[in-house]
Amino acid sequence: MNARPSPIRGDLVKLAAVALAGLAAYVVFPNDLGLMTRVVSAAFLVVSLDLITGYAGIATLGQAALFGIGAYAAANANLYGVGEPILMVVVGGLAGAAAGLVFGAVVLRSRGLAQLVLTIALVQLVHEAANKLSDITGGSDGLAGIEAAPVLGMFKFDLYGHTGFVFSLVVLLATLAVLCAIVRSPFGLKLRAIGRDPGRVRTLGAAVMPALLVTFTLSGTVAGMGGAIEAISAGVVGLDGVSFERSAMALVMLVLGGSGSLFGAVFGTAAFMGFEQIVSTANPFHWLIIVGVLLVVVVLFVPRGLSSLGHELKRLIVITGLKAEKR
Amino acid sequence: MAAEGLQVSGLVAGWGDTVIVEDVSFDVPAGGRLAVLGRNGVGKTTLFSGLTGIARRRAGSIFLGERDLSRAKTFDRALSGLGLVPQTRDIFRSLTVEENLLAGLKRRPRSALDEAYTLFPRLAERRGNMGGHLSGGEQQMLSVARAILGEPTCLLLDEPLEGLAPVICDQVMAALEALARSDRMTILLIEQQIGRAIDFAERIIILERGRIVWSGDASELKASPETIERTLGVAAMH
Repeated sequence: MNARPSPIRGDLVKLAAVALAGLAAYVVFPNDLGLMTRVVSAAFLVVSLDLITGYAGIATLGQAALFGIGAYAAANANLYGVGEPILMVVVGGLAGAAAGLVFGAVVLRSRGLAQLVLTIALVQLVHEAANKLSDITGGSDGLAGIEAAPVLGMFKFDLYGHTGFVFSLVVLLATLAVLCAIVRSPFGLKLRAIGRDPGRVRTLGAAVMPALLVTFTLSGTVAGMGGAIEAISAGVVGLDGVSFERSAMALVMLVLGGSGSLFGAVFGTAAFMGFEQIVSTANPFHWLIIVGVLLVVVVLFVPRGLSSLGHELKRLIVITGLKAEKR
Repeated sequence: MAAEGLQVSGLVAGWGDTVIVEDVSFDVPAGGRLAVLGRNGVGKTTLFSGLTGIARRRAGSIFLGERDLSRAKTFDRALSGLGLVPQTRDIFRSLTVEENLLAGLKRRPRSALDEAYTLFPRLAERRGNMGGHLSGGEQQMLSVARAILGEPTCLLLDEPLEGLAPVICDQVMAALEALARSDRMTILLIEQQIGRAIDFAERIIILERGRIVWSGDASELKASPETIERTLGVAAMH
């Protein structure tokens, strides 16, 4: 029998694992808090992508558009006097939600390869618009001078990134908790079913399009929150936040960690960015080749991503045991 | 929910520009049982796809009870009471048995799952298993159970016995008999096991090249081996 353990308990364990890993990283790498904050903000992007791609089954290479719009919105809010970082995250999330709704309304009009191309076109459009609308984006120079006020008036952002990291980690944990509840809800179940077979879901009496639009909006909210966190922690928002390259890297991180799993997305982000940092430091000339080899190995041998490594190893042990018994 | 009659008139349907089903008309009274028979490739599955809105309807009308479903979208037809158990079963392989059933609940409470477990006790034993880990018979039970949880007033079953062992066929047919006797739904059945289909149904239609070439009572067809041989290409019922 392959009965599964309680999913809620599993989610709580994974949430605790993320919190512990974050705390451990905080203690062990106090000089790399800037990098780790970038990992957390990227995790928002990859988790948001997972909602659309891993759960709803729609491939997109334009997710960074939603992330960047959230970052620009939070940055502008700050430059116009909104200093409270929680409020900035809310502004980023709302901007991302609105962008996600529009993005979904356009992307869902198409299917398959054409749909993928449409997502690329959209992120390029947003990138170009950000380049031209320099009054609100700073153009190619980006928006600088973003200074968030102390969190809840108590915890001031410092040069070493202590507050930035803890703040972003707490927001990530809260977001993951909410998303866990959503993907376990009847809506989440419908979403997973749509991702597997939208036609079948229709014959079961559920409307697919509204559910997908809600998902795009939700995904935009999460991506926008990530963008706001990056704006808060980095103090600057640039064009790379809305680039096709960032969208593609997010997809790579998702595949690496395992799509269709919120924690797989987080794990994939941390694994990729951590590995990238180590390898690029050790070998600044050939690090991209090493990263490429890692991806090929993972895709070929652990197609469900690194987060399924334990499960795959367990399966391998069982199969090996059965073969030995036969002999 | 009580069964509702299905009235199909002059239905023309197909895929893209290709017309498969031509000018098909039939009535099934509320609580009735109709079997749709025919050789492979004559348009039986496309007929069901046309009824559920999956295939493109080019002409004709479809009434379920008093409601005109001719122009309704697939999910609206399902919400109106038209249930489908597809030939390919189409269970969600990466969802558990219970999650598959929950997906079919529409807006009913979770407690309604007991109906499915009562009809197919085997599913209760396998409720935590992934759909992809079930046997063919269990997948078929799951597909039927998921459809009936949506309380359809008219259920379309497309070859529910395909590829199943005789003992599992008996179990599935017994469950379908129980459903039919409950008077909660009208049942349309496509089946290649002609003997079982004739035993189950009250009325029969036989398709050839997308058109109805014979219709009548099941007893009438049973008493006419030459009609069976001519229209279905089988010498004896099995």
